[in-house]
Amino acid sequence: MIEIKELHKSYKMGANSLHVLKGLNFSIKEGELVAIMGSSGSGKSTLLNILGMLDEADTGDYTLDGVPIKNLNETKAAKYRNKFLGFIFQSFNLINYKSAMENVALPLYYQKVPRKQREEKALKYLTQVGLKEWAEHLPNELSGGQKQRVAIARAMAAEPKVLLADEPTGALDSKTSYEVMDLIQNINDQGNTILVVTHEEDIAQMCKRIVHLKDGVIVEDKKVEQVRAAQYVQ
Amino acid sequence: MFSRDNWKEIFETIQKNKLRTFLSGFTVALGILIFVVLFGFGNGLINTFDDFFSDDATNVFMVFTGRTTMPYKGYKANRTIEFDNSDIQDIEKNFPLFLEYISPRIIRQDTVAYKNESNSYSTWAVGPSHQFSQMTIMMKGRYLNVMDIENKTKNAVIGRLVEQDLFGAKNSIGKYIDVGGSSYKVIGVFQDDGGDREERNIFIPYTTQQLIEKNTDKVDAMVIGFKPSIGYAGAMAFEKSLDKFIREKKYINPQDQNGIFIRNVADQLKQNQQFARVLQIIVAFVAFGTIIAGIIGISNIMVFVVKERTKELGIRKALGATPKTVISTILLESVFITTISGFVGMLIGIAILGSMGEKLEDFFITNPYIDLPMAIFATIVLIIFGAIAGYVPARRAANIKPIVALRDE
Ligand SMILES: Nc1ncnc2c1ncn2[C@@H]1O[C@H](COP(=O)(O)OP(=O)(O)OP(=O)(O)O)[C@@H](O)[C@H]1O
Ligand SMILES: [Mg+2]
Repeated sequence: MIEIKELHKSYKMGANSLHVLKGLNFSIKEGELVAIMGSSGSGKSTLLNILGMLDEADTGDYTLDGVPIKNLNETKAAKYRNKFLGFIFQSFNLINYKSAMENVALPLYYQKVPRKQREEKALKYLTQVGLKEWAEHLPNELSGGQKQRVAIARAMAAEPKVLLADEPTGALDSKTSYEVMDLIQNINDQGNTILVVTHEEDIAQMCKRIVHLKDGVIVEDKKVEQVRAAQYVQ
Repeated sequence: MFSRDNWKEIFETIQKNKLRTFLSGFTVALGILIFVVLFGFGNGLINTFDDFFSDDATNVFMVFTGRTTMPYKGYKANRTIEFDNSDIQDIEKNFPLFLEYISPRIIRQDTVAYKNESNSYSTWAVGPSHQFSQMTIMMKGRYLNVMDIENKTKNAVIGRLVEQDLFGAKNSIGKYIDVGGSSYKVIGVFQDDGGDREERNIFIPYTTQQLIEKNTDKVDAMVIGFKPSIGYAGAMAFEKSLDKFIREKKYINPQDQNGIFIRNVADQLKQNQQFARVLQIIVAFVAFGTIIAGIIGISNIMVFVVKERTKELGIRKALGATPKTVISTILLESVFITTISGFVGMLIGIAILGSMGEKLEDFFITNPYIDLPMAIFATIVLIIFGAIAGYVPARRAANIKPIVALRDE
């Protein structure tokens, strides 16, 4: 599903250049649930943003679902993002003047799904994350955990091939974190490929594979015995 | 791009971002409103101007008297020149080729009363031909005629507004009004395109006025109409020989600037038209400036709007909005707001102008107005330039990498 080879990325700041990703290689198959770990500044978000086509690598190859992602113009990138990818951000990134349902329906708007179908679908995914009753609420009327669940519903609504989550539980307490992870595991069970950037060991253990980044290189890439989050959620 | 769904999305955004909508809408509405009002006032100025100068016949000289400032042929300086009836006859006799008519004119301010109503008006003691010089239009009854002059009748022709003031809706013809202590019979009511001021005048026979003023034969001024067929050059020649003739008769130094004055309406009209044209250019210039200011205003707001929305646009792009969609969303939204508010501002401006009428006459603004095509044109210009001005920041926003936009706080 995802394949990267010799991926390099540096940030230029004035005369200096910060080499953040120093030649990454890995491949992720369909249906995997991968945790990306590493200390702060190790380049986790940078990697995820490149995979999400929100940013571009300097050199190296990136193939997504068999499509080489290279020198895309913004229009193409937008279309691929819409078709292939769902994002879950640490800071939720909901549009604050749109209701939960409208937020969830937004990616479908860009897929040119008719309004009625959009709303039906949005409601379906909101129901899946347990927020059916909150569909008409604005984001600032929701708790952090609820916001993240709306964001997850939004990421799923477009039915993407890959879900990219950058510290989805970073702003949540552990109980809410487990609820979110439970959701993510369920989505993964349905066959979706998911990448989760996290700091927390227990969250990582709920994935099926852990990729460890350090100073821009992969130091460890191991399979783990998945801990189900459901047991912590009543 | 213009599907109903897109519009719905745009309406929702507009509805849910009231401050933003208000700001840009207000700027545009105000810009257009000021433009319309300014432009209308400019037209009002020109109207006043036209009222003052161009409602009267143009083939007319006015001859006024003054005081000499130079001695001449044994006469001392500082002598008051006066016209009398013999001057009228002499001019009639001497310039048959040029002259079409001549009328004396004596203007007095009198209190005029009918029953309980009374008011102060200008009474103009004139001859019958005076009607031509001011293009006075009779609404009912008749103007003064030769018999009135010969018999020194106490007949009066009153302006439309005099009748309105004194008689209300009633008919004034045949009624007697009191003018400065003597009773006159109303024989006619006139209107005049020269505006309210002229419709508050009263005409009476000059011979009657002279009789009242101790049977004098003096006249204040002379109104001389020349034959239009003599043309501009002929008029100039006539003016010159008329000037010479009067100076000789009244012993006024040919170099003296003050003894008499001849006002050539045709000549003045030419200058006035030039002045009106300059006025129009100034007004157009100011109005153009307002539109420019409006465009700058809406551009600034667009920059602000796009900046404020950077993060939102980043989110939308992450969810699959293409640069084209982003640009068209921003532009359609702004064009929609500017169109609505532009036309609202335009209509308010037109309503303001319409309600003004003659309230601002003291400031030389009469019946301010703007032609609808002009107002619509200006509104559309503002909308188009607003869109162009919005395009630049919209395109910049559309091309920001989503990751940069998302980082914006
Ligand atoms: N836009 C940028 N410009 C310059 N430097 C950047 C930029 N984004 C990230 N960096 C730098 O690149 C390095 C990696 O950043 P990155 O955000 O990928 O780290 P991370 O592993 O996600 O850290 P954290 O766990 O704190 O989120 C950091 O040193 C950071 O300072
Ligand atoms: Mg990070």
